[in-house]
Amino acid sequence: MTDTDVEYDETVDARGAACPGPLMDLIGKMRDVDSGTVVRLQSDNDQSLTDVPEWVDEAGNELVAVEEGDEHNEFYVEKA
Amino acid sequence: MTEHIVIVGGGTGGTVLANDLAGRLDDEIDAGDVRVTLINDDPDHVYKPVWLYVPFGQREPADGRRPLDELVDDRVDLRIDRVTEIDTDAKRLRLQGSPRSVGYDYLTVATGSTLAPEEIPGLAEGGHNFYSESGATELREELLSFTEGTLVLSVVGTPHMCPAAPLEFVFMADSWFRERGLREDVDIVYTYPIQRVHGNPNIGEWARPLMDERDIQVETFFNAESVDPEEQTLTSMEGTEVDYDLLVDIPPHSGVDLIEEAGLGDGWVDVDKHTLEAEAAEDVYALGDTADTGVPNAGSVAHYQAGVVGQRLASEVRGQPPTAVYDGKTLCFIETGMDAASFVEFDYENPPSPAPPSEKLHWSKLAYNESYWLTARGLL
Ligand SMILES: Cc1cc2nc3c(=O)[nH]c(=O)nc-3n(C[C@H](O)[C@H](O)[C@H](O)COP(=O)(O)OP(=O)(O)OC[C@H]3O[C@@H](n4cnc5c(N)ncnc54)[C@H](O)[C@@H]3O)c2cc1C
Repeated sequence: MTDTDVEYDETVDARGAACPGPLMDLIGKMRDVDSGTVVRLQSDNDQSLTDVPEWVDEAGNELVAVEEGDEHNEFYVEKA
Repeated sequence: MTEHIVIVGGGTGGTVLANDLAGRLDDEIDAGDVRVTLINDDPDHVYKPVWLYVPFGQREPADGRRPLDELVDDRVDLRIDRVTEIDTDAKRLRLQGSPRSVGYDYLTVATGSTLAPEEIPGLAEGGHNFYSESGATELREELLSFTEGTLVLSVVGTPHMCPAAPLEFVFMADSWFRERGLREDVDIVYTYPIQRVHGNPNIGEWARPLMDERDIQVETFFNAESVDPEEQTLTSMEGTEVDYDLLVDIPPHSGVDLIEEAGLGDGWVDVDKHTLEAEAAEDVYALGDTADTGVPNAGSVAHYQAGVVGQRLASEVRGQPPTAVYDGKTLCFIETGMDAASFVEFDYENPPSPAPPSEKLHWSKLAYNESYWLTARGLL
């Protein structure tokens, strides 16, 4: 498990999902939340380490933090 | 004691499973030890792959319909009704058309996907889709009178049924307009939510050069946020805008409410991806589009999974430990035009490697569509 100080409002648990599942789950959540909301994405798919930052950049959102863990990684994304 | 196996949903997965059980457990059923009930909310079985061909005038919606009672083995009790509630503690189901609830010993949920275009403002008014019978028929009208302008195929929702179908549609539209001498006057644009043209990297890499060759324009990282039917524009979450004259969309999909209310998952049933057993309840299986396994929502998947659930249920009612597991097997023909198709086969361990498109594979797909009715009966 990762310990973090980053504050977040919503969590998307995409552990176990194959690519592009985690990114799609994140996109689905970002559709629903208001601007300023921080979403935590949990993914154990390595592809997410490139997919997620690329999309966040493209969509103009902010990647607040990425925490790499032994079992899974956590991405904190703030909606623009 | 009679063991009662109930299947909710008589689409591809539910029907194949019911027939599989009727064959596998024929002795037990005849002896009165096992009863199999299939509940579907429509007297007809619907074969959705036919809808891809309807907009191009190659099939009629009726080609994809057959009465369920013609397809299902006589040993199965067929009930036409809508299940409105699943109580996994009491092991009972409520039905819309009957005050009596139905008890089960083993339950399989095979309720498939439903379309949710209303999730995107303007999509229902501005777009067309070939993911329903009525949608496919309306799109046929639009396509027949479409002789110039921009046709946009936008993949809005994922996961969606048949991840190959959006690619097939643009390849077929490209050939269809070429054959009719209209391609120079029609622009075809394809949008996809992530950085490639298909969720699966291998299929994406294979399809992209074919699209470039055929002058199909591609917009990746495009997650449609709203549609303006007046202005005929589609706006994405990423801040881009695409103009269309004819919008064909793959709408967002959702599972049935029933599943969430039963605590089985958020519309899709959370299952062990090998055993297909529900995570949240005992003696409940899910298969096909409803089962959240991460594999494509395809009829072939529902078919293979039905075989696995059939074997497991037979073991359970016989008091043996079930051993059959699903390995992620998926099989898909991909139309690459009006007279050529490719083919992929993959599973949890082995990625797909699309076959070179050929006329033979196109005919194989059409032959499969024709023989589907034997598959549903459990004969193939
Ligand atoms: C245009 C198109 C093309 C496709 N092409 C292909 C292809 O080439 N190859 C392929 O493998 N797959 C293809 N598919 C996908 C395939 O059709 C589906 O993945 C498949 O039908 C899934 O089977 P299923 O049993 O899970 O659900 P379905 O076949 O959708 O069946 C679900 C059933 O449950 C019933 N139901 C739902 N809720 C209830 C309730 N509460 N009570 C009672 N009954 C209920 C429904 O009426 C329906 O009969 C295509 C799909 C589309 C839309």
